[in-house]
Amino acid sequence: MILLTLAGVVVLVAGAGLALLLDRRPKWASFAGAGMAMLGCAAVFAASFRMLIGGDAEAIRWPWSMPLGAFSVALDPLSAFFLLPIAALTGLAALYGAEYLQSWTGRKSLGMAWFWYNLLAAAMILAVIARNGLLFLAAWEMMALASFFLVAFEDEQERVREAAWTYFIATHLGTAFVVALFALLAAQTGTLDFDAFGPISAPTSGLLFILAVIGFGAKAGFVPLHVWLPEAHPAAPSHVSAVMSGVMIKTGIYALLRMMTLLGEPQPWWGWTLIAIGLASGVLGALFALAQHDLKRLLAYCSVENIGIIALGLGLGVLGYTARSPLLAILGFGGALLHVLNHAIFKGLLFLAAGAVAHGAGTREMDRLGGLLKRMPWTGAAFAVGAAAICGLPPLNGFVSEYLVFFGGFLGGVSISGHFATAGFLAVAALALIGGLALAAFTKAFGIIFLGEARTEAAGRAHEPGMAMRFPICLLAGACLLIGFFAPVTVLLLARPIAAILPMGEHAVDGYLLAMAAQLRWFVLLAAVLAALLAALALLRSGLLAGRSVTERGTWDCGYARPTARMQYTASSFAQPLVDLFRAVLRTRRSLDAPQGTLPTKSASLSTATGDTFTHKLFRPAFGGVTRLMERMRGVQHGRVQLYVLYVALTLVALLVWRLGVARP
Amino acid sequence: MSAWIDGVLVTLILTNLAVLGSSRLNACIRIIALQGVVLGLLPILVGEGAPTIRMTLLTAATMGLKGAVFPWLLLRALRVAGIRREVEPFIGYNWSVLAGLLSLAASVWLGGRLPMPETARSSLVGPVALFMIFCGLFVIVSRRKAITQILGYIIMENGAYAFGVVLLEEIPVLVELGILMDAFVAVFVMGVAIYHIQREFDHVDVDQLDTLKG
Repeated sequence: MILLTLAGVVVLVAGAGLALLLDRRPKWASFAGAGMAMLGCAAVFAASFRMLIGGDAEAIRWPWSMPLGAFSVALDPLSAFFLLPIAALTGLAALYGAEYLQSWTGRKSLGMAWFWYNLLAAAMILAVIARNGLLFLAAWEMMALASFFLVAFEDEQERVREAAWTYFIATHLGTAFVVALFALLAAQTGTLDFDAFGPISAPTSGLLFILAVIGFGAKAGFVPLHVWLPEAHPAAPSHVSAVMSGVMIKTGIYALLRMMTLLGEPQPWWGWTLIAIGLASGVLGALFALAQHDLKRLLAYCSVENIGIIALGLGLGVLGYTARSPLLAILGFGGALLHVLNHAIFKGLLFLAAGAVAHGAGTREMDRLGGLLKRMPWTGAAFAVGAAAICGLPPLNGFVSEYLVFFGGFLGGVSISGHFATAGFLAVAALALIGGLALAAFTKAFGIIFLGEARTEAAGRAHEPGMAMRFPICLLAGACLLIGFFAPVTVLLLARPIAAILPMGEHAVDGYLLAMAAQLRWFVLLAAVLAALLAALALLRSGLLAGRSVTERGTWDCGYARPTARMQYTASSFAQPLVDLFRAVLRTRRSLDAPQGTLPTKSASLSTATGDTFTHKLFRPAFGGVTRLMERMRGVQHGRVQLYVLYVALTLVALLVWRLGVARP
Repeated sequence: MSAWIDGVLVTLILTNLAVLGSSRLNACIRIIALQGVVLGLLPILVGEGAPTIRMTLLTAATMGLKGAVFPWLLLRALRVAGIRREVEPFIGYNWSVLAGLLSLAASVWLGGRLPMPETARSSLVGPVALFMIFCGLFVIVSRRKAITQILGYIIMENGAYAFGVVLLEEIPVLVELGILMDAFVAVFVMGVAIYHIQREFDHVDVDQLDTLKG
């Protein structure tokens, strides 16, 4: 299976080269780039699926001339579980992108876009199967660079350039911590091969854990390292946002998990750290999502929220591990893993649907849309499914994973004493708040965009995209339903990856999961009854309406004589009560030009904007300070060749003197 | 043989000090040519028994390049570009020689502490090689013209060559050829570049290149 995975990587790299070669002919470049991406992803998907349902872990190791480096790759159930969504979503998004990018033909180099897209896919896959620190870092860096160039696709816009730089800086700051992590590991163990790390003693392993949380958390989007997400995701083309938000940020979660399995016995405070991060990311992500006006920005903040849920699950899992409670550990890690898969599906779906909206109506501003469900029924229905799933509503897939984490929290709260109980109840409370806020955010998004009447002429002319864009969206919506309805079966897929994380046999894990599956069966039954009820209602409606005259009227009519589309609720008015409640965190800027007098003659206006509090209050001042410090260093940069050589010479001589004169006894 | 080796090493030290103290570019170029020729003799003196054909050829090539081709290229560049014959240092000649003596003392101290292979012929070769590298760096840093940078580079290369002679019984032919080619191409390219810099800017003062920085 590892060979099939590597073959997929080779196909992707070949597709990248081919797309670049065919750059002069945009149609062929698109065809080659998207086709090879789908082919490569299909191979990887097949390999990882085969692995998950029962295949032996395989490894390959080729020597590499780099010091401490080796081309060492392996496919085990944990890697396979992350490869599954990576391959599926990247392949589907490639099909979508083939149509989505068409409108840039002639204006932009499509060969280049497909070159970076295929490299991004290959790098993500390589990062997940790498078993050597140097190889991992190379893949990690390739992933960052490829996604940077994809974010900067529309580089003629200043906002896009700025977003790309923000992403570039954030990802490299994260990589700096990852490099420190591996350097420390190499210093401790004398190797960079994952298999040879062995358990590491307590104080050092804690430091390594912190480095991993910061380094990989920057990629995953833990608060407060999330600031690049709401900039980069809206700037990138929609199929790229779907891949970045759906699966690329999950490589951060994967790497964190992989590191935790290598560091040996976890400490309780690791779990607490993860729970605190999950709480902050989940609640703040959902709050900021609620206050956004740009659909893709909303979705980006919502990714932060879901990463928070995943971190909560991981934290509970670690606490369960340290408390020697296998059920809590399985529920925590299992919920987190399943949410990784689920989030990839519905966030991919939502970003692709957002791209279809922007493509069809020409804007992502919610207050300029409205009533799209009539003109884009497929996209609208799929968006509704995705929105319900992301809020964790039964019977969809989001419910299943959140249920596992919820149940873990309750279990921790009730059955285990001491600070574990606090953690359990904290997680439950946080999940409930997150769920409520997410529901508000997505009610707003769906209601404002798809219901009501078109607010602008462009929104009135919106149209459904072509098949290549519609098919992936509908397929992903189907997957949301499928995983939800087959929850008792999907849960069992978690057995092998969990057994790779916990020091437990596969059969023991299976036993616990079977018990969970039995519980979930009741929910599925309930869902089936609900679905049957809905179908019956629909039948009843069509039966009652048969043979009668049906007239269509505008929504939000309210009996006004001359209603206009501007009378509808706007995105900001819908969110206002909740946004006001949390204004201490959100710091929404509003400028109000209130109407004057009983019969106002002058036009009035109100506008609100919610920037990122962490960008404004934390990172901007910090980077401003660094810039001022660096300005003072400019004196060193004078352009005199002789002095540059002098710097080099002095450094070398000083090193030589130190080595020969001081360091030697 | 040891007396001959020491003689060569002393010549190398003296030529370096002469470069530091001389004010004429032509003189500097000729002194460095002499240094190259003397240096070329070193492997034959150090080596045991009769010199092999390969070694003889290499020595001949080294001496030819460093003793004849480089000086000819540099003198031609001087003539064609019409560069003034003055060295124009940042640091005066007397101070330069003093700095050279100081670095000689430093390299003797450092060279004594360097771990040397058993096969090393003379305990002096290491310090002298270090001294040449320091001198080359000093010439690059303390002189104004682009052509003196080439001279500093050649001195440094000579130092590295001397190190090689000490460290290895016999330098692999590929390495030796590689170094020679490097030096040759560098001198050749810089000779051409100087001519063009002179034509564009009417001077070859490296310290005025800072007007190019953004």
